[in-house]
Formats: sequence, C-alpha cells, structure tokens
Amino acid sequence: MPRMTMIEAIRSAMDVAMGRDDNVVVFGEDVGYFGGVFRCTQGLQQKYGRERCFDAPISELGIVGAAVGMAAYGLKPCIEIQFADYVYPAYDQIVSEAARLRYRSNGEFTCPIVIRMPTGGGIFGGQTHSQSPEALFTHVSGLKVVVPSNPLDAKGLLIASIEDPDPVIFLEPKRLYNGPFDGHHDRPVTAWSKHELGEVPDGHYTTPLGKAEIRRPGSAVTVLAYGTMVYVAQAAAEETGIDAEIIDLRTLLPLDLETIIASVKKTGRCVVVHEATLTSGFGAELAALVQEHCFYHLEAPVARVTGWDTPYPHAQEWDYFPGPKRVGEALIETMGA
Amino acid sequence: MTDNPAPLKFHVPEPEVRPGGTPDFSNVPIPKAGSVDRPPVDVDPRTIRDLAYSIIRVLNREGDAVGPWAGTLTDEEQLEGLRHMMTLRSFDARMQMAQRQGKTSFYMQHMGEEAVSCAFRKALVQGDMNFPTYRQAGLLIAGGYPMVDMMNQIYSNEMDPLKGRQLPIMYSAKDHGFFSISGNLTTQYIQAVGWAMASAIKGDTKIAVGWVGDGATAESDFHAALVFASTYKAPVVLNIVNNQWAISTFQGIARGGSGTFAARGLGFGIAALRVDGNDYLAVHAVAKWATERARLNLGPTLVEYVTYRVGAHSTSDDPSAYRPKTESDAWPLGDPVIRLKNHLIKRGLWSDERHKQTEAEILEAVITAQKEAESHGTLHAGGKPSTRDMFEGVYAEMPPHLRRQRQKAGV
Repeated sequence: MPRMTMIEAIRSAMDVAMGRDDNVVVFGEDVGYFGGVFRCTQGLQQKYGRERCFDAPISELGIVGAAVGMAAYGLKPCIEIQFADYVYPAYDQIVSEAARLRYRSNGEFTCPIVIRMPTGGGIFGGQTHSQSPEALFTHVSGLKVVVPSNPLDAKGLLIASIEDPDPVIFLEPKRLYNGPFDGHHDRPVTAWSKHELGEVPDGHYTTPLGKAEIRRPGSAVTVLAYGTMVYVAQAAAEETGIDAEIIDLRTLLPLDLETIIASVKKTGRCVVVHEATLTSGFGAELAALVQEHCFYHLEAPVARVTGWDTPYPHAQEWDYFPGPKRVGEALIETMGA
Repeated sequence: MTDNPAPLKFHVPEPEVRPGGTPDFSNVPIPKAGSVDRPPVDVDPRTIRDLAYSIIRVLNREGDAVGPWAGTLTDEEQLEGLRHMMTLRSFDARMQMAQRQGKTSFYMQHMGEEAVSCAFRKALVQGDMNFPTYRQAGLLIAGGYPMVDMMNQIYSNEMDPLKGRQLPIMYSAKDHGFFSISGNLTTQYIQAVGWAMASAIKGDTKIAVGWVGDGATAESDFHAALVFASTYKAPVVLNIVNNQWAISTFQGIARGGSGTFAARGLGFGIAALRVDGNDYLAVHAVAKWATERARLNLGPTLVEYVTYRVGAHSTSDDPSAYRPKTESDAWPLGDPVIRLKNHLIKRGLWSDERHKQTEAEILEAVITAQKEAESHGTLHAGGKPSTRDMFEGVYAEMPPHLRRQRQKAGV
C-alpha cells in the first residue's frame, strides 16, 4: 500500500474525483499553476487542464459565490480557501446561499460544493493563519462539517464530501499535513510514512460522513476530539496512564452521537477537547449532548479543554495551544471528581 | 503643505429634493431618442466608454421608434410585450390588495419598472438562467410561468412550490430560467457569473443573467462578480436596475462619485451600457445586443436600466416619508406601459378601446388565477404546507439530529 502525507492524500482524493467525474472542478487562490500554498492541488492543472483546475482572484466571497452558481448549473466544485482564517468574507455566501439553496428552492437547485480550508495552529501563523472556525459552520443548518485527522481518512472523507449532494466544509488541520503532531512542539514529529494511517490506497474509496472512529479504546474516561487534538489526547492518556477512550469525531455535522453515547455510558466520564476558543465552541454542543443523553451515567462533570478566549497569539503560541499537559490535567481532574 | 491646514469636511450626499419640495430631475440629462450609436456586438469595450454615460432610447416623445437601436421586435412581439407589462401591473395590483386584506404577509410591486424584466426576458432562450432580485417578476410573466403558481407561492398555501419556506415573491422556477431568489442582496450576482463560467467550462451554449438594484451595487459581491466576469470572460449579462431609490436611500449614496452605475464596468474592461428602462423597445434592443455578445463568447456586458420606482419599496414601506409624493409624475422617462401603448396606437396597431378591453381581459385572467390559488389557501386560512415539510429538504437525506427534532415536534 502506498504511503502518503495528508497533503498527498488530499491531492489524491481530488485526482480520483476529477478522474471519475468531469463535473468536478477545483479552484482557489494559487491553486492552479502553482498547486496551492500547501501543494494540495499540485499537478491537477497539468493533468486536467485549466478548465478543471484554475487560479482564482483573491476574493473568498467570489470563490464561494461562483462555486454556488456552478453547482446550480450542475458542476461539483471543490474549492480551496487558502486559510480558514480567510473564509469570513465568504460567510454570507456559505450561510445564506450554499447552505440554504436546496431548502429555499424546494430542491430545484442544490449546492454540492466542498469548501476545503487549512485550519488550526501550531505553525507560528499568528491570529490570521491559526484559527479553528468550525463552530461558525456547525451552527448552520444545511452544512456538513468534516475534520480529518490522518491521511487515510482525509482521502476517504474528501471523496465522500465531493460525492455528497450537499455543501461540505472540509477543515484540514494544517499541523497534521506532514505528521501526527501530538502537541509536543519541542520534539521531532513522526512522519506519516511511519504511521499506519499514512497507508492510503491509490484508487477510489470513501469514508462515510457522520461516523466517528475510536482511536484508543479505554474504560476510564471518554475523550471527544477531532483533528490535531486526537494525537494530543493520545499523548495525554499515555503520559498520565489514564485508560482513556479517545473518539475521533471526524465529522462534526452530522455528528455520530451513537458512538459518543455508548462510550460515555461505559466510562461515566467525559473530557471534550478542541483547539478553538472555549465560549460557544463546538465543545459546548458536545457537553450539552453528553449531559442530555448520559446524565445518569456521569460520575463527574463534563470537562472542556480548549484554546483560550483570546485571539490566537504569535509568540505565546504554546501557551495558547491546549497541549498534552493541559489535557492530562483535565483527565486527572475528571478521574478525581 | 501648510502649517495650518483647514479642518477636513465630511461629505454625505443628499437627494435634490425631500418631502415638501418640488420634484426636480433637471440634473438627469436625457439624450434624445435615437441619438446613441449602436456598435457591432464584437466592438472593443474600450472604444464605447461613452455608452456608459449616455442613455440608449428608442421611443421618442411623439411615440415613434427611432434610431439605430429600433427594429428588434415584430409588431406581434410588441403587442405581446404590452400585454406582458399590463399583466404584471394587474397582477401586482391584485397581490398588493391581497396583502392589505391579510392574505399574505408581504408583497413587492413593479410599478414603473415593468419594461425592464418583461422586455429582457424576450432576448433569452430556453436553458438560459436568470439570477434575479425581488423586482423582476416580469421574467416569469413574459416567460409563460403560470400566475397561479406565483400566487400559490405568495400565499404560502398547500400548493406553494416552495412549501411555505420562502418569503412571498421569492420565487424559484428552474425550468423557466429563474434562479431561487435569496433576499440577501447581491449574493446572486457572483452566482450568475459562476453559472456562466460553468456553462463555458462545459462548452454549453447557455448564458446567465445577473440582476441587482442600484443600492445593492455597493455590496462586495458586486465587485467580486465584475472581477470574475472580467477575468474569465464569462458569458453573462450583468443588469443593474437603477430605480433611483434603495428603500429610503437615494441612488447617490451607492453611486458616490461615479458618474453612473454603468461606469462601474469600465475599470474592468467590461462593455457597459445605459438604457432607458421605461422604453420597452430600447430595453429589448440592448438585451439582444448584450445576450448576443455573451452567446458569441465575447464576454460580459454590464447594463444600467434608468428607471423609477413609482410604488413603495414593499408593502412595509411608505415613500412619502422620504421623497415628494409627486416625484414619480415628474420622472422624465414617463410610464413604460403608456409609452409602448402610444407607440402602437400611433402605428395603427392598437387603440384606446382595445387597450381598455385587454385590461379587462387581463384582470379577469388574474382574478381567475387568484380564485384558484385561494382555493388552496392563503397565509392564515385554508390549506398550508405541513409542519413536516419544515424539516424536509435541509439536506438530500435527513440526518439523525433532524429526525430526532422532527419526532420531538410530533410530526
């Protein structure tokens, strides 16, 4: 089986999708000739031509708005927003247009688009290259929100997203592009080539949306995580010796509630982890769902470990990032409660 | 540089006249009908910059069709055009009344602007796609969309094609080349460009048409649409309906220091024209020119329709609070229905008597449609879309969380 980085897996997903369906087009800033600032679309223009993969003006609203029109025509655009931090000018097109088109036209027009964007911090990107805006999209009816944590899933989820009949926000944790980063920024990162989830089939396969995956079975406490935080939680479990069950949500909307409920009912404890800011973050939704469905099984309050409610800082990146130490403390506290 | 600079002054544009004043449009230069050249469609946009500052007109004050833009429609088509505009006006009057009677929550009429969407529609063919805003129902009327379906949507009744999900008049009619109206302004403009890009990507022959009002050109989506249309030479016609008023805000607030809205296209190298929006024949001639350019792969065209919103912005608006009541009478481009009527009478194709008779026939047809629609319910009475419908269609397949919520709602 070939070994791929997450970048290569994402590229392979678009390659496979474009090869199977002429209606799949790929565009965005620096996406065409150059192949994207993270190289995710490298080679696609050469292979499929400028009509299928091209550079766009620096206008996120233009990129998404044009994609909505293309989807209404019958294409399946898979577009890139260079950083998730840049998506806000397109928010109206996503929330009021892409997400609502099927509903408001009673299915006359639909919007099968995928909006890919690198998300999260850990690369000294400062406040404009580090944000995790997933909660801004999970709050919107009509959208699906996907956050892969490894190359194998990234490819399967991206193909599933492109083939999905509705708009999908596809958030790529950029700190995971080259390896499973566990939050220990002072240590070398294992390459995906040395990780089992870096084994990615060449051809077509899908990973279904709405299905979580248990990354580490355990009995003491359930950890709900996605993206980079999956590896941070794993490191925290190893370092504290707490037998945590770590669930990689993979899709935030629709959410795999069944897997979450089954695990929390088993462990009786739950820690929610994400890199985004705390207040009104997706963790709040998770905590609410857990108490709603598992209240009588809970032995301790649901804990949240997240980024602080500040803009993402530059020099203080590792004070902001919810690393294994903070997650470990939450595990210990939850076990002691 | 001086050591003691004068204090800076903040500028807020104001319309010439406010309520209580005498309407004055002397600042709106109106060129003589027939005086503007008609360039070939493959003209280099850079050589027709003056068309963005003039007004293309065909019907003169005497009711004659004159100049190089005249002659794009047969007698039959002109008579049909008059009928479309009269139908839209009659439809509006009935629906406006229905709103006052509490049969629906909201309505928006076209009074004074009927020519723009009615005439433009006749330059399109099956498969082309409009991305309209809320005052282009002439696209549906002139396109043969059933009035009863429009009314079902306005009443949000059990036959509403949109299942009661949309504000009245926010129609969607794909088979009639009418994209779902958003209600958020200008979002559809860049979507029209995207649709046109898709048509070109697929080597199709269909074109797209974007619509926006004067006020909403201020949205960033407008700029994005012009950038994308210009960059990719998209087969799209970008229409700006300048009816002078964005609710209570006069067009100068959106236009700023630019001479005209059409002139916005010049910096993008987009062919830009201004046309008398109350002149059915001129609107059609320009629509034909612009759509031909798009079909011939010559790229986008920006068209500003100079017209006047005679009625209120919507049933929630009272224009007497911000403009003189008699302003519409002073509007120098007249009434589109009367102008075409007079032209047809002058040519011996029409008469006052036939006009009155047709008016009565149309009213009867509108009332018949209305009765049928009302037999399926109005907003607060009779049949209406089910609560179950509310949960459908958010996604192609209902996800578990929505299914749970639907169960909780007891449907």
